[in-house]
Amino acid sequence: MVLSIAALHRHAVGRWLFWSLLFLGSLLPLGWISWQAVQQNLGADPAQVIVTFLGIWALRYLWITLAVTPARRLFGLGWLQRYRRMLGLYALFYATLHLLAVATFILGWRPDLLLRELTERPYIIVGFSAWVLLLPLGITSTQGWQRRLGKRWKTLHWLIYPIALLVLLHFAWLIRAGYLEVLIYTLLLAFLLGYRLYLKWR
Amino acid sequence: MLIRRASDIAPSEITSESVYRQRRQFIKGLAAGGALLMSGPAAALSRYALDEEQMRYPGPDWLQQKLRAATRSADLSTNEKLTPYEHVTGYNNFYEFGLGKGDPRDYAQQLQTDPWSVEVSGEVHKPGIYQLEDLLKGVDLEERIYRLRCVEAWSMVIPWIGFPLASLLKRFEPTGNARYVAFTTLHDPEQMRGQRSRFGTIDWPYVEGLRMDEAMHPLTILAVGVYGDALPPQNGAPLRLVVPWKYGFKSIKSIVRIHLTDKMPPTSWNRTAPGEYGFYANVNPAVDHPRWSQSTERRLPSSLFSPNIIDTQPFNGYADQVAHLYSGMDLRKWY
Repeated sequence: MVLSIAALHRHAVGRWLFWSLLFLGSLLPLGWISWQAVQQNLGADPAQVIVTFLGIWALRYLWITLAVTPARRLFGLGWLQRYRRMLGLYALFYATLHLLAVATFILGWRPDLLLRELTERPYIIVGFSAWVLLLPLGITSTQGWQRRLGKRWKTLHWLIYPIALLVLLHFAWLIRAGYLEVLIYTLLLAFLLGYRLYLKWR
Repeated sequence: MLIRRASDIAPSEITSESVYRQRRQFIKGLAAGGALLMSGPAAALSRYALDEEQMRYPGPDWLQQKLRAATRSADLSTNEKLTPYEHVTGYNNFYEFGLGKGDPRDYAQQLQTDPWSVEVSGEVHKPGIYQLEDLLKGVDLEERIYRLRCVEAWSMVIPWIGFPLASLLKRFEPTGNARYVAFTTLHDPEQMRGQRSRFGTIDWPYVEGLRMDEAMHPLTILAVGVYGDALPPQNGAPLRLVVPWKYGFKSIKSIVRIHLTDKMPPTSWNRTAPGEYGFYANVNPAVDHPRWSQSTERRLPSSLFSPNIIDTQPFNGYADQVAHLYSGMDLRKWY
């Protein structure tokens, strides 16, 4: 499998094919939840289901983006590098939808509620901050911006690490009982960040 | 399996609120006119939705006649729009069966709910282990339509069938030392998969408690049915508490022990997160949960583009009846 994907990337058609596959495949979660919503399969509180679903996919794409470097180094998956930007942008994409879903389906864009949530609720402040920080990374993800920013681009995109920690905190903070899921994502992130420290200090 | 998953039920199969009310009116009319073709007085409550039989939890045979004979307690019921049966029974918290809102419906169906015994102990003159069937002998069931406000800021309107807790407690003859009532849920990891999980934060069994005056209040009931039929396992069959002016977690499910005591008993959520959940847990829009607001709630089912956001009422709208129980108490301190 690994070999064949690498082989695929030697040809322009193969690269295009794989890019399309990843691009469309990443829209599947959105397609699935939209279909469930239209079919009214989401139970008594579809808003909550949709918000949670989009949030967890934003988190997953962020983790996947952070996994590119370790996967490249550890398993020699060099071809992954070219998709890192797309994966990161999908994290931003699902985070933005998550935010819009909260504002629309849960708070009904009521100004008093929006203000209240954004000023009084620690886990929302943390989650929103993560999104605000992620936004410039998305905007400057193009090659043009990479050129323009030069060395500073790397400094700016280092923000991805604190963002991931904010996202994890946001997620853990709203749990009422049962920490298994949070524990799994914590361990994964610990590995992804720990590997970078290892690279730096070995 | 008798309860179908909600996803198998076409919306057209579900009796709408208006049709259901019309049927009730019709049956009441029959009874009032004396043209009673059905046996028994007001064979009413079971007629909530005639075409829904298949999705109903049957409950024990001995309970059926009692459920049919239940009459609505109009004074103590709200006339707000009911939350549909599929949502009442398909979306709730019952962590004994899992953390997801659909888990109770999906994993509680095999719970053995009959025979069922309840241990009564502590400050009573008549302690003992009682069969539920015996406890219900001579008890007239009532229907109470109550608001249910979850601490997670969503709410429902549910037609329970039950009886005042006070009437039951009196039969055990509480002693002068009885100041609190403690309740315990069944602890049976074999049947309750959530109790087998290693990553939960609740120490099983689930326990709850009320002050004696709260327990004796006429609004406080023990429920054995919902929507005219037996209470399904996911909603706390065969016997659960319903205290409508408190957050939902106070209304403990599948009760196996009632203990009267002179001390404030421990309660599960308070033990899990004392800074977030107090013993009283009265619905109070002025006191936020540390992590989220309690000033509004979403009445379920809420539709996507017009979320049903309503202002939360003090004591969940039952202030006239219960506020006096807490006069002189600082409700910020005693949350």
